[in-house]
Amino acid sequence: MSHTHTVKRYSGLMDWLTTVDHKKIGILYLLAGGFFFLVGGLEALLIRVQLWKPLNDFVGADTYNELITMHGTTMIFLAAMPLLFALMNAVIPLQIGARDVAFPFLNSLGFWTFFFGGVLLNISWFTGGAPDAGWTSYVPLAGTTYSANHGVDYYVLGLQIAGIGTLIGGINFLATIINMRAPGMTFMRMPMFTWAIFITSALILFAFPALTVGLVALMFDRIFSANFFNPSGGGNMVLWEHIFWIFGHPEVYILILPAFGIISEVISTFSRKRLFGYSSMVFATMLIGFLGFMVWAHHMFTTGLGPIANALFSIATMLIAVPTGIKIFNWIFTMWGGSIKFTSANLFAVGFIPTFVMGGVTGVMLAAAPADFQYHDSYFVVAHFHYVIVGGLVFGIFAGLHYWWPKMFGRILNETLGKWTFWTFFIGFHMTFFVQHFLGLMGMPRRIWTYLDGLGFNEMNLISTIGAVLMGVGTILFLLNAISASFKPKNAGNDPWEDGRTLEWTIPSPAPEYNFKQTPLVRGYDAFWKEKMDGHKGMTPAEPIGPIHMPSPSILPFFMSIGLFIAGFGFMYARNWGHIGPLNTGYTVAVIGLLITLGCMALRSIKDDHGFHIEVHELDDKGGKA
Amino acid sequence: MSAHSHVDGHLPHEPEKATLEGRNKILGFWLFLGGETVLFGTLFSVYLALRDQVLDGKPAHELFSLPLTALATLLLLTSSLTSVFAVHALHKLDNKALIKWLVVTVLLGIAFLILEIYEFYHYVHEGHGFTTSAFSSSFYTLVGFHGAHVAFGIVWISMIIRQLSKKGLTVVTAPKVYVAGMYWHFIDVVWVFIFTVVYLMGKVV
Repeated sequence: MSHTHTVKRYSGLMDWLTTVDHKKIGILYLLAGGFFFLVGGLEALLIRVQLWKPLNDFVGADTYNELITMHGTTMIFLAAMPLLFALMNAVIPLQIGARDVAFPFLNSLGFWTFFFGGVLLNISWFTGGAPDAGWTSYVPLAGTTYSANHGVDYYVLGLQIAGIGTLIGGINFLATIINMRAPGMTFMRMPMFTWAIFITSALILFAFPALTVGLVALMFDRIFSANFFNPSGGGNMVLWEHIFWIFGHPEVYILILPAFGIISEVISTFSRKRLFGYSSMVFATMLIGFLGFMVWAHHMFTTGLGPIANALFSIATMLIAVPTGIKIFNWIFTMWGGSIKFTSANLFAVGFIPTFVMGGVTGVMLAAAPADFQYHDSYFVVAHFHYVIVGGLVFGIFAGLHYWWPKMFGRILNETLGKWTFWTFFIGFHMTFFVQHFLGLMGMPRRIWTYLDGLGFNEMNLISTIGAVLMGVGTILFLLNAISASFKPKNAGNDPWEDGRTLEWTIPSPAPEYNFKQTPLVRGYDAFWKEKMDGHKGMTPAEPIGPIHMPSPSILPFFMSIGLFIAGFGFMYARNWGHIGPLNTGYTVAVIGLLITLGCMALRSIKDDHGFHIEVHELDDKGGKA
Repeated sequence: MSAHSHVDGHLPHEPEKATLEGRNKILGFWLFLGGETVLFGTLFSVYLALRDQVLDGKPAHELFSLPLTALATLLLLTSSLTSVFAVHALHKLDNKALIKWLVVTVLLGIAFLILEIYEFYHYVHEGHGFTTSAFSSSFYTLVGFHGAHVAFGIVWISMIIRQLSKKGLTVVTAPKVYVAGMYWHFIDVVWVFIFTVVYLMGKVV
């Protein structure tokens, strides 16, 4: 039965460009997301340098607007989400006992579309101005009247292309988790991180198409002079706010739910205890995901939707505090009575809990519509969402990276440096954002490039800036840790923390390309821990050793994404590039780009991918055990 | 378990679900259609929010001609039926009948598309251009997105027909047919909503 197809196996750069292996794609997401995280962080530092004293003129107002817009957009779409996708790719197939994701080719396509979308967006810095209408890109500010240069075009097209990648990833992980679980891995035996990613992927699936339509409408308004958001053409500006937030609110849960999953894994492992209230955790996550779609207008309390709408959205928002509270207590009860080890990963997880509670409390304060009229567009809001996104998501990502680093790279990060990373980042974070609550309550509006002396803002802004530098130091320490670890031998064992509970810790670190030599049989929640408690050394295999079928690598996803990237430029510059003969140059370029993408799709459809087999004797060479 | 074990021998009863790849494809496509539903749902919401903003252009009830769109509806719904016949032929493992019904489906799709292009051409001459008003922008975007989906489906199914005639019905080609059938039903359902929400409701003054 084992056919020997000769498959070209690439090495070096071509290996990375053509890989369809979820573990390598995870590393690509980590590198690209990490790069954009540094870019976004640099933008944040420039913002804080500008605000460290009153009437500073470090950057001009225009540049400042570009900085805040690009900081928000980059951090959310190009840093936070890809870093989550990195962990999803690295861990989910291993946690459910699968050899790969459901669609390895699409997985690669998702990465490259995200990457080229992000690159397109950032090229705007060098071509006459980055987008400057805020990450929410409200009209009419984002319309051609007030944003005449190409900045917002880059926003619209860059996010559209990157968004395709995210949507593909969401579908892929849903299908993977539904169809590819190992025998015995029922839904209610899945690790909490897998559950969190499952629900996150569902949110991606139902939220991102709304953004797609919003971006298409804004693009048509800007490039083809449509009238969706143009009042003089009968358009409606509030419509953009609705569309954006129907996507945008689920988006914040897309960001935070995976962090909840990571924290659940880390706290349970390092407390050496089963996660407290597992089923209530699952249902709380579902409930948060569901309610996440019901609350978008709480971003629009001051738009003037009227008291009935405001009251309903206010109550729906406050309801989310209930399942979130359940989770917080479950984490605390998991630690209660456990033998807790404060590794770097666990420090971030434990630090997450009080920090996220603070973000949650200000969230409930903001949910009170009448009070929101005071908080709206002030630094109070800035403090709130940084507490939930940085204090929640970024702490979660750091916890996950320290925890799963050995599984991704075969090397444990230095614990001393890890703890330094935690303390500098944690203290820096609270210094930066705690004071911003009070700046907001004192009346400092967000998105202003400077402020007058004598308003009482000076000291707190200075503290905030010092805190931001400290966060930068923490990030640099993490980078140093990652780089110095890469020079050490790959000596991490299968279960480097010795208390691993889930399937990823039953296989070598890093995992071989086929993950499991034999698919494991799952006999309960915390599958590996259960075997340990029953006195077994590893999992019981669910199949005999046999040749393993693998998908072939492909360069097509890379070219499909390049096609979209080229098309993006064509559409943007259609009105500037003039004509070649009777043809509009820009549209010609756009059509060529789209044809590259569609042509690659056709090639993919016509040419069957037979994949290849890893034979039994090759499995023994690599020494991977089930 | 391998994708190849059925290629040469007898095909199983439901060849589209015989391999894990096939089952993944079908599940993934259902999920994709879930996302498409949100996409069209948002486009419909935008249209409903803006459809009264006609400015100097003609309002919907003066513009639309129901006989034309009814004919388009008839064509597309019939193509949905023929795509069911195609999947039926797939389940009977009858490659000839399968190809025949797919060809009929594609032809009906092309006829629909020609009608739609004529319709748009006609509207533009009536002074209902893409940039005329918020109504016209949202109308062309909604109906145009649907039309683009039909066009994509035509090219896609044509390519599947070519593969079926070259490679025959296998566990690799069967899921493609099945998934394309799902897609075609989906765009038919969207058209039913367009016919109701855009054209029938547009006639209500």
